[in-house]
Amino acid sequence: MPSYVGVALCSLIGLVFICASLIGASVLRPKRPFASKTEAYESGMPAVGDTRGRHEINFYMVAMLFVVFDLELAFLYPWAVWFAGAQTVESKIYLGAVMAVFIALLGIADIVAWKLGVFDWGKRSD
Amino acid sequence: MVDGWDIVILAIKGLVVLALLALAPMIFVLAERKILGRIQARVGPNRVGPRGYLQTFADAMKLGAKEDLIPPGGDKLIFWLAPLFMAVPAATSLSVLPIGPEVEIGRTIGLWVTDLNVGVLLILAMGSLAAYGPVMSGWSSNSKYAHFGALRSSAQVISYEISLGLAVLAVLMYAGSFSLVDIVNSQKQMWHIVPQILGFFIFAASAVAETNRPPFDLPEAETEIVAGYHVEYSGMRWAMFFLAEYANMFVASMLVTILYLGGWNGWTIPGLEGIMGVMWTLLKAFFFIFVYFWLRAVLPRLRYDQLMGFCWKILLPAGVLNLFLVAILRTIWS
Repeated sequence: MPSYVGVALCSLIGLVFICASLIGASVLRPKRPFASKTEAYESGMPAVGDTRGRHEINFYMVAMLFVVFDLELAFLYPWAVWFAGAQTVESKIYLGAVMAVFIALLGIADIVAWKLGVFDWGKRSD
Repeated sequence: MVDGWDIVILAIKGLVVLALLALAPMIFVLAERKILGRIQARVGPNRVGPRGYLQTFADAMKLGAKEDLIPPGGDKLIFWLAPLFMAVPAATSLSVLPIGPEVEIGRTIGLWVTDLNVGVLLILAMGSLAAYGPVMSGWSSNSKYAHFGALRSSAQVISYEISLGLAVLAVLMYAGSFSLVDIVNSQKQMWHIVPQILGFFIFAASAVAETNRPPFDLPEAETEIVAGYHVEYSGMRWAMFFLAEYANMFVASMLVTILYLGGWNGWTIPGLEGIMGVMWTLLKAFFFIFVYFWLRAVLPRLRYDQLMGFCWKILLPAGVLNLFLVAILRTIWS
């Protein structure tokens, strides 16, 4: 049995189960919407404005950092398996040293972001 | 060769996954409320059914009968899709988690749906995909609380994804395979928690943050933003968010068990390896689910800047340190 059939089967089970319960509930439930009921919740006060406004830059910075770090991690995965399979001490030291350089570069990126205040919420530098 | 029995076996495994998906969250919700009650010196739910054991079924019925509201100005299609993006990745992750060793029932059957050669990568990919659910629900609701919850959740989940990945990397340096079955088999002599106690704690903390559970439940912080990204959801659609949360908790607990606590390895009776293996796996996983409830009962919620600082300033350097320690250990012992 090809292994991806099981993965597809589980996704399908999840999809069908959720759709079935949502459709099942739509038969049971009432539907009597009116303006003040469907309004966005703001602790009982009438909602003011909408949400498509500006927000802190840090979220964007973290998203950019994530893209960088996650890609670097994706490079590291095959390396980890390769390292586990390396037989001699010399090859392990070589592989370790190569990756140490790579991770040191990553570390510099982290420190730069740290100094720029990307991880400090609520402290405006302006 | 694929024959009729293979299809029957796969169908049975599928039914087990369906049962897990449908029943496990219900049982966990009840267990959580009971355990929280005990820790906080109260009784917990005790009215519906014998000693309150049917409470979650009553809750599910109630949620099914509730009206489904969509706020005006929201994006309807994305609002409908968001619960699917929450729950389907959790179901997909279940496919590669082994709950026991191979057993002989007429033929050799592995107690997992599929032994994927990139199992770890699939789990991490599904973890990343789970970040879309909160973002979609928060953005499409057009509500300020939901919007803040979505922003917080996306930044939190992607940050902790990295520390989680670093911890998993160190496990792979021992196991030498992406397959979760191979990882369990590589722990026959020694569980990975022994050389990687640091990695274990990094993984456990990241897993709690990934599932948006206390003390890292900033996306849902009731005292600040009501309920976070799912504040505008009601009825069955809201229940799907909870189903996804508890399913993700189960996946995370199983992952801790498989990666660090030896999976089904443990003391066993000859001839009963299958049953004992399943028992050990579930016992270890359930202990972790208990730890989730325990943390919720005893720890206060972090502040948001503390949460992000904890990931990028503490867990990430610690993850790199763990990687170096493991590399040195592996080089010395080889």
